[in-house]
Amino acid sequence: MNIVVCVKQVPDTWSERTLRESDSTLDRDAADAVINELDEYAIEEGLRLAEAHGGEVTILSMGPDRATEAIRKALSMGADKAVHLVDDALAGSDLLGTSAALAAVLGQIGFDLVILGSESTDARTGALPAMLAERLGVPQLSYASKVEVDGSAISIHRLADYGYDTVEATLPAVVSVVEKINEPRYPTFKGIMAAKKKPVQTMSLADAGIDPATVGLANAASEVTGWAKRPPRQAGTIVTDEGDGGAKAAGFLAERKFI
Amino acid sequence: MTAGTPGTGVERSYPDEAARAAIGLAAEIGANELAPAAAAAEREGRFPRAEFRLLGRAGLLALPYPAELGGGGQPYETYLQVVEELAAAWLTIGLGVSVHVLSCFGMATAGTPEQRERWLGPMLGGDLLGAYCLSEPGSGSDAAALRTQATVDGQDYLLNGTKAWISHAGQADFYTVFARTAGDPDGRDRAHGISCFHVPASTPGVTAAPAEHKMGMRASATAQMRFESARVPAGQLLGEEGRGFSIALAALDSGRLGIAACATGLAQAALNTAVGYARERRQFGRPIIEFQGLGFMLADMATAVAAARALYLAAARRRDAGLPYGREAAMAKLFASDTAMRVATDAVQVLGGYGYVEDFPAERFLREAKVLQIVEGTNQIQRLVISRSLARETRGKG
Repeated sequence: MNIVVCVKQVPDTWSERTLRESDSTLDRDAADAVINELDEYAIEEGLRLAEAHGGEVTILSMGPDRATEAIRKALSMGADKAVHLVDDALAGSDLLGTSAALAAVLGQIGFDLVILGSESTDARTGALPAMLAERLGVPQLSYASKVEVDGSAISIHRLADYGYDTVEATLPAVVSVVEKINEPRYPTFKGIMAAKKKPVQTMSLADAGIDPATVGLANAASEVTGWAKRPPRQAGTIVTDEGDGGAKAAGFLAERKFI
Repeated sequence: MTAGTPGTGVERSYPDEAARAAIGLAAEIGANELAPAAAAAEREGRFPRAEFRLLGRAGLLALPYPAELGGGGQPYETYLQVVEELAAAWLTIGLGVSVHVLSCFGMATAGTPEQRERWLGPMLGGDLLGAYCLSEPGSGSDAAALRTQATVDGQDYLLNGTKAWISHAGQADFYTVFARTAGDPDGRDRAHGISCFHVPASTPGVTAAPAEHKMGMRASATAQMRFESARVPAGQLLGEEGRGFSIALAALDSGRLGIAACATGLAQAALNTAVGYARERRQFGRPIIEFQGLGFMLADMATAVAAARALYLAAARRRDAGLPYGREAAMAKLFASDTAMRVATDAVQVLGGYGYVEDFPAERFLREAKVLQIVEGTNQIQRLVISRSLARETRGKG
């Protein structure tokens, strides 16, 4: 099975994140960069499927040069090889542009199964897996908390408020995963060293046959028109218990419709 | 190449990319898996078997052994910094890794190709956890006076005796055991006639006594091991019969470096706790680190930790270069563990009342530090080793 896992490098959620004043895109230099956390679950699932059914795991990442760190991390966990789509013209691409670019690469390298984290911690739209499936003309199975493959049949548990739905499709397909699906492995010492020697193919827009007029900030269909820093947290309310503390606490919660 | 590691935040110089990978991985696992679990496990006395498995899978339990034997093929300069990061996150783990590495030493250095083929893979791969059985109730500093007997019985040896202060007792999968095949434990030549054996935990007649109730490191099982007519095939004798004490001595120098790295890690953790607190805690309108009395105390602590690290790394580089390093290992063990004791004590002082309660790790660090002045040769024995080497000094006179 030819498995491709899409991986995104994002600013660490533990560091102070901000947008750039000039064009309202993410200020990537202002924060530590890490692999998108949900993508680690996607990599783990890809590795487990390849271990169970045979085949290869390829990492696909679109991002600046620095994204090689995230790619190496994914390779050190055990993925076989990687494709890095890197081109200055991609900077500021919105979802439409990103999905078009990734779909073009996937069309070129081929796949039986594409696995993604269900959202990234920076933009958090959660729409990329669906767009990608649409552009590739294959089924999408989203929010998977369990994946089973049997020949060309794929079945997942789709996480829902009430439990889960069982969703089936035929490969090739796109799957997005949630963190309940598995426990991502740590890289091994030997895995980290071996990852340095694994093949990473870099592709430009031209290599992937992507029309520059479909990507980048200038061609984005969506636009950030304004943004503001999150206001500092307000001080909490201190309830002094004068025998009626329970009633006061309940009143506080009821006022906010928690109870 | 220098960069702060995520665990201790120490700026290190990495000899190569492999060192960066191994130390970085240890720091990551330390920060994510070990440090958050340490306080509760130490309170409950939970042995961290799952954590050792995780480190085994990550390839961090066998770093200093050759790659062709299944190890990581790393120099001591790298291995010890890994131990330091692990010990900074959780001393029981750092010390456990050092003990495990010591337990593999006899098989890796004196084992026959057949023995290594059969046993060494899972030992170095971390599937099997080791324990090291040298000390006895009546022989600690005078290790050569051990009385555990190994008597020949057909093709086997029968082991009889009691070992004391054994880390991982009852938890380990194999025991590296030193026992007497000849000689008198009270005689002048008592170091001769000691042999080294590989003893799987499943061997009938091998049992662990109830665990000791320790002042600290309660998550690590420490107990006596009893050998009652434990039948060990001759094929599990490591090295030549009667030559086991040379294995013990060689392992001891390496083990002392492991303790020095553990002590440095613990001291670093105590320092980090104290500095973090002193920057946050405000009295008289400013952070207490700005008061010179306290700031100077922290300065001395930081200096001592850096010196301890430099000393063990200098000894490690001598070992990696194939130079004699016994004296330097003793110095590093002595200085680093005395430093850990003092820094941990001062960290409690910096935290004041908060240092004395279990809500903060400072009191645990203090309890844990003490053992490092005792294990792998008390610090009095280290001074004996150093002073004796001075008495017969041939290098660097004056």
